Amino acid sequence: MDLKQLYQDIILEHGKSPRNLGICKDYSHEAKGYNPLCGDKVHVYLKLNSGKKVEGLTFEGDGCAISLASASIMTELVKGKSFDEAKEIMSAFLNMIKNTSELQSNHLDEDQKTKLMSLSGVKQFPMRVKCATLAWHTLVSAMEEKKEEVNTEVID
Amino acid sequence: MNINEIKSQFPIFSKKINGKTLVYLDNSNSSQKPMGVINKLNNFYKNEFSNIGRSIHSLAVNATNKFEETRMSVKNFINAKFKEEIIFTKNATEAINLVATTFGQQNIEKGDEIIITELEHHSNYVPWHFLRETRKAIIKFAPINEDGDIIIDKLKELITPKTKIVAVTHLSNVTGTIIPIKEIVEIAHKKNVPVLVDGCQSVPHIKVDVSDLDCDFYAFSAHKVYGPTGVGILYGKKKWLERLPPYIGGGAMISEVKKEKIIYAQLPEKYEAGTMPTAEVIAFNESIKFMQLIGKDNLMKHEKEITNYALEKLRKINSVKIIGNPKNKAGVIAFTIKGIHPHDIATILDEDGVAIRAGHHCCQILHEKLNLIATARASIGIYNTKDDIDALCKAIENCRKIFDLK
Repeated sequence: MDLKQLYQDIILEHGKSPRNLGICKDYSHEAKGYNPLCGDKVHVYLKLNSGKKVEGLTFEGDGCAISLASASIMTELVKGKSFDEAKEIMSAFLNMIKNTSELQSNHLDEDQKTKLMSLSGVKQFPMRVKCATLAWHTLVSAMEEKKEEVNTEVID
Repeated sequence: MNINEIKSQFPIFSKKINGKTLVYLDNSNSSQKPMGVINKLNNFYKNEFSNIGRSIHSLAVNATNKFEETRMSVKNFINAKFKEEIIFTKNATEAINLVATTFGQQNIEKGDEIIITELEHHSNYVPWHFLRETRKAIIKFAPINEDGDIIIDKLKELITPKTKIVAVTHLSNVTGTIIPIKEIVEIAHKKNVPVLVDGCQSVPHIKVDVSDLDCDFYAFSAHKVYGPTGVGILYGKKKWLERLPPYIGGGAMISEVKKEKIIYAQLPEKYEAGTMPTAEVIAFNESIKFMQLIGKDNLMKHEKEITNYALEKLRKINSVKIIGNPKNKAGVIAFTIKGIHPHDIATILDEDGVAIRAGHHCCQILHEKLNLIATARASIGIYNTKDDIDALCKAIENCRKIFDLK
């Protein structure tokens, strides 16, 4: 295990100054996520336009560097994407973290892929995978208009 | 007392973990095992194995005798009056559930009150919550002050004619607070209220004398006392254990079974249904011998020295905050570092071979009270040295470096 692979500069930087933090103006969807193992919480706010495109995406939350960075990077990458594209990126991300360490997505450019790949080191730290996936599961829950809070102990 | 000699009895410390020498500071969670305990387990399975109880072949007799020897050792170790007052369970959690369930069945009715404290581990809250659900009982929380001490006067005020039991920890697994159990028992007994004590954190680290404390129930786990997993101990005053109904039904806990009626066994078998963790109970005797050979006075003196050294060194590190400042503190040190989440701390420390715990430590009520989501926790055991604390502090400095803290 290499700590440098987990705590890359980009993660530390996003963890320290998360992007799109707060409540999205005129949001249409929202969902809450909770990781009971560590108490981390996230609240995702999403504005979908009439064409089901992500017009705005923000989050509020309290958590470790990995969970904050993952949420922050997620908001940057998913903004402007359609519902289906967002879901494809999410599966690509989960596949990278849980299975292959590689990222295969048709909806991200190389720069965006590099950014998301910075989280691939989490794969080597099984206890921390849920930190990285919490915001993503919560985003899907918001899109699917699910009422109940996302709980990492139930979904993963 | 030579700590290096004691440490050398624990084979795990001669191994490399992730290529590093292990600095084990997660003793509140569970303790490492000395060779005597491991050998005993191994030897029992290899050369002496039999189930205990009914069979009359020599292996069974030997196993039964050894099993009962552990019961006798536990009785002496915590100074209970009778051997039958020691019940083996799966863990301390099961021991508390046993009391909550059977005591609840017999004594708790709608509107009756149970007093616990804000320091409790979930295992001394959830079993009582079941009675809130099934019997409409009321749970009251005795508050703590900023230092992490229970406000005894407030606890006193909570006791009413409706109060049926007080359940309280002897030593907090977050703040390290040592609770004045004797005082609480006196207060409760004046109002005829029995007291259950969660002794998980206390038995490995401070003197425990249940006769002197005069508590009605005392629960702890073997695995935190340098013993095997799978063994919990419930001490209960004979008058209570004889009066309460049985908990788990099955073999061994009966004396006579007919189609129309069943007569239950006497203590302690009444509460030990089915095959017990035989090998583990037998090996636990070695943990008690290990503890007695060191002696609680020596052990407490050593752990106090290491705890004070740790507190002093940690306080000198910028942005480290120690949670709670109780009057009487044992070697449990929960802390936060401003700007670094406890989970990040634990992961980074682990890379340096320093094992601590991060999270809410099964004490969400306490964390909520302190306005914290999670804390990091270093907890000290008999084998920890000042070198271990130096390694902890060095790893914390590394953590601060990675996160670029000033």
